[in-house]
Amino acid sequence: MSTPEKFYYPYISPFDPCKPIRVKSYSTPPNLYIGFQPPDFPQFSPKEALRAGTLWKPFYDPYYSPYEKAKEGQ
Amino acid sequence: MWVYEKKLQYPVRVSTCNPMLAKYLIEQYGGADGELSAALRYLNQRYTIPDKVIGLLTDIGTEEFAHLEMIATMVFKLTKDATPEQMKAAGLATHYANHDNALYYESAAGNPWTATYIAAKGDPIADLYEDIAAEEKARATYQWLINLSDDTDLNDSLRFLREREIIHSQRFREAVEILKGEQGKKKFF
Repeated sequence: MSTPEKFYYPYISPFDPCKPIRVKSYSTPPNLYIGFQPPDFPQFSPKEALRAGTLWKPFYDPYYSPYEKAKEGQ
Repeated sequence: MWVYEKKLQYPVRVSTCNPMLAKYLIEQYGGADGELSAALRYLNQRYTIPDKVIGLLTDIGTEEFAHLEMIATMVFKLTKDATPEQMKAAGLATHYANHDNALYYESAAGNPWTATYIAAKGDPIADLYEDIAAEEKARATYQWLINLSDDTDLNDSLRFLREREIIHSQRFREAVEILKGEQGKKKFF
């Protein structure tokens, strides 16, 4: 399984005007890794799928703001 | 021909009166990587793409209009009862001067929608790569919108829309694989 997020650590100058963000992140959703969808992919129930936005569990990748304190929901 | 279903693809609930969010959301309405651009891009490209993937462009292009309608609903709910004073406070005074509280196809920076946002090269691979890029850019836009918004109900709908971008990107990637061919025996579903 792939991770939905990757991190990097940019150079921090001692003269940066703003408080540095030491860890930067970017999204790497599952569609980057799966290629052609294989047969017998795990499915959500129809009701769950309508909420999730996809029928296929491996493609589900909910995004939460890093600024939201607590991850609500799941 | 289309058949219209008089309901949204996913419920849109807005829990806070925050017209400033409308100013940001309009990016997905009339921005370069917005839903209008997406719908028109795909529905236009499908005439000159191999038969095997025409249906995909029709389906996704149609769904983009359903997303457009969700974004419109969000913007409308956030601004419909806003007074000129509230519009001004939300940075929407320039919008109000021209449009009152009406919606308009423009970017968050106020640039009107333009056909130069979309491409149709006529080359199937070039066009599908453009579509994949457009989906990833729209996905990123939804992330920045979620970061800007503290409305949890609204974010729930935005998360749904972002998930759909992921699926669309996946299907366009599969379409490229189909058109590439030469992959030995592939199974299609």
